[in-house]
Amino acid sequence: MPLTRDDEGFVLHLSTGERDLLRGLCGQLRELLREADPSGDPAIARLFPPAYPDDPLRNLDFERDAGSGLVADRLAAVDVVETTVDAEHLSEDEVMAWLGSVNALRLVLGTRLELTEETTEADYPEGHADRDAYGMYLYLTWLEAGIVEGLSEG
Amino acid sequence: MTLASSTIRSATAPAEIRRPAGDEAIETDIPWIVIVWNDPINLMSYVTWVFQTLFGYPREKAERLMMDVHTKGKAVVSSGTRTEAERDVARLHAKGLWATMQRDV
Repeated sequence: MPLTRDDEGFVLHLSTGERDLLRGLCGQLRELLREADPSGDPAIARLFPPAYPDDPLRNLDFERDAGSGLVADRLAAVDVVETTVDAEHLSEDEVMAWLGSVNALRLVLGTRLELTEETTEADYPEGHADRDAYGMYLYLTWLEAGIVEGLSEG
Repeated sequence: MTLASSTIRSATAPAEIRRPAGDEAIETDIPWIVIVWNDPINLMSYVTWVFQTLFGYPREKAERLMMDVHTKGKAVVSSGTRTEAERDVARLHAKGLWATMQRDV
């Protein structure tokens, strides 16, 4: 299990390789969140969907009121993960930032890969251009499930 | 409201457009519902956890709502005034769930 509880908070059980991978992904996520013109990017649209899908005008209001806060919160969470990426112990707030960022990474990767409910590993055989990306997605799935499990225990 | 929004709706409409004066008064009377839609990425355990932590729902109710999202494609997860619904939608978006809101008709 990647995350367990101890007396002071949480313990993160990840290898150096896993931590390096996550550090790199966090940098990419920050770049994506800071894109100057994110319109038309399906991954951004997935992270920040319209509150009023049938009412563009109200949606503009919603994006103006809530949108920048949502982006700032996601960036702040990425900062926390990068700062604690080599840590053994995490506080509950830090675990929340990890969970949110791992979830965001899965949403972005899953959107880029155009995953459906039917997608399986067999869709990405040896030699497939997106095989590594799908492998990364599966790793993040394992990590997210483990964080939720670690949070739910005790 | 449907009439007002469709009248002023256009691709070039400025965000600061004034709405009819009576509009806000009507809005306070009709509740809004917050809907979470199924998506192929979010984990069932994660969605359940979000419903529990954001809304304080007991595990059983959170799991039932999650299963509705998963099997029926969507579920109404909360309701209230427009302001309350917008707040819940923003909180759900912050957790990566696909949430929208609409009038409860």
